[in-house]
Amino acid sequence: MRETAGERWGRRIVLTLLALFVVIPLYVMVTSAAKPLQDVQNGFTWWPSRPTLQPFIDMWSTVPLARYLVNSLVVSSIAAVCSVAVAIFAAFAVSRYRFRGRGVFSVAVLSTQMFPGILFLLPLFLIYVNLGNATGIELYASRTGLVITYLTFSLPFSIWMLVGYFDSIPRGLDEAAQVDGAGPLRTLFQVILPAAVPGVVAVTVYAFMTAWGEVLFASVMTDEGSRTLAVGLQGYSTQFNVYWNQIMAASLVVSIPVVVGFLALQRYFVAGLTAGAVK
Amino acid sequence: MATSTTAPDADRREPRAGSPARGPVRRPRGPRRSLLPYLLLAPAVVLELAIHVIPMVVGVWMSLLELTQFHIRDWSTAPFIGLENYRATLDLNSAAGKELLHSFWVTLAYSLLSVGFAWLLGISAAVVLQRPFRGRAILRALFLTPYALPVYAAVITWSFLLQRDTGLVNHVLVDQLGLLNERPFWLIGDNSFWSLLVVSVWRNWPFAFLCLMAGLQNVPGELYEAAAIDGAGFWRRLRSVTLPMLRPVNLVLLLVLFLWTFNDFNTPFVLFGGSAPEQADLISIHIYRSSFKTWDFGSGSAMSVALLLFLLVVSAAYLLITNRRRDDHA
Repeated sequence: MRETAGERWGRRIVLTLLALFVVIPLYVMVTSAAKPLQDVQNGFTWWPSRPTLQPFIDMWSTVPLARYLVNSLVVSSIAAVCSVAVAIFAAFAVSRYRFRGRGVFSVAVLSTQMFPGILFLLPLFLIYVNLGNATGIELYASRTGLVITYLTFSLPFSIWMLVGYFDSIPRGLDEAAQVDGAGPLRTLFQVILPAAVPGVVAVTVYAFMTAWGEVLFASVMTDEGSRTLAVGLQGYSTQFNVYWNQIMAASLVVSIPVVVGFLALQRYFVAGLTAGAVK
Repeated sequence: MATSTTAPDADRREPRAGSPARGPVRRPRGPRRSLLPYLLLAPAVVLELAIHVIPMVVGVWMSLLELTQFHIRDWSTAPFIGLENYRATLDLNSAAGKELLHSFWVTLAYSLLSVGFAWLLGISAAVVLQRPFRGRAILRALFLTPYALPVYAAVITWSFLLQRDTGLVNHVLVDQLGLLNERPFWLIGDNSFWSLLVVSVWRNWPFAFLCLMAGLQNVPGELYEAAAIDGAGFWRRLRSVTLPMLRPVNLVLLLVLFLWTFNDFNTPFVLFGGSAPEQADLISIHIYRSSFKTWDFGSGSAMSVALLLFLLVVSAAYLLITNRRRDDHA
């Protein structure tokens, strides 16, 4: 099927406009991170008057960025690993068994994803605070509380994507393993998981990204000690000065790991969505 | 969905012929065969109950209490007042009710426009990137980047672009193109709504693109060949092949995007630094501010529950209507 000249030009125009729309903010983020402070305090410039890496050094001392970074790293990694572990078992059950309540579970899990976060925020806040007062288990303003909260945020989508992945693994493999005498769990760990590695990795990155980027609960459920990047980055705007160059530098630094991870694995997201969306 | 036997469904299955049949699954043998699936699900169910279901029930209960700042430390003392919170916050003649209604309309307009534009950009990109050419992989990665960025990093960058005196937008519009004489404010006043919309489209359209791209991979190439042999041009193929084949993806995608944008908190919260201007006062921000400003969690919960009910009704109506339309086609 040949492409007509009109289609070719249409494609070029659409792609150019979309690329500009996407690139301009990214360009500003990268170039402004290399600007001296006076460049971002006066009028906008397309290029730094004197390119410098100073903002990447100063950003660590203007706010306790290292602490926020560690908090975010700890919370997001633990939440991602736990979320995927829980999702693997649930997805295995949904994909390989027919049991009473299977349909209800699938629908219920996905629908919780759709509820307004603000609806859980107030009760969860009160539950964490009161639980802390009553039992001494510190969930409010602690990283543990954030981990538990975040891991449920990515759980529904992780389960959904993994079910799609597991469904696409031929059941003949399960049966062969069972003939060899493997129980269900050994089948899961030795047959299904090795075949679903790309899916599991993609879901882990998704869960990490979800926790890494969450703002609403981070802004209410943390204090100075447990503050994550989502809230911490706002510290660069003081009453006297907005360090835009440092904000851009810090934004760049905290974005690179997730962007690289996501782009490296985008193929598997598409595959997972394809598998899941066909249902 | 799986039981329908409409023509598009049958076509859609075809590329998956190599994958396992979707019939009844043979159960792995084992003594606890009937209990095992429940054990496997238990952690997920317990977590969902603890973080989503129980707080939701508590939230409904809170909405029936006079849970103001006087009772917040020990909320077992808060008096039960029935539907009083709902009456007070949803009373459209009161100031609070008027503000809530205003916020509702702003949110509705924001969601519909944001979803519409995100879908439009997503389908454009997915369609023009459908056939291979040099540089396609790079463009695809570039287009997905806004979605991969942490939301606060993306939105903070936009708030820098939209600064009145130091931002790129005014620099281009006023200094370079000379389209405007005055430097407008983008983050306060009437413009703030449009700023919020642009930022939200920038963030969300890659998700639409990703889903539509995945959906297009399920469209067999022969359909296009056949349409082209029949003399169908670009628009005709789009209307008669691409869009009908994407219908199942679109049904889910539009609803999900609508619910996300309607509940959106992050974008306005970061863009406006927690104090959204009236013109961009999305409902999540509205509830958040009125709850934590006055510490009146009772009426905050009432508003949240009302929001949930509204979204449930909209989702149910949407699913009913789209399912009926599909049955008509069968």
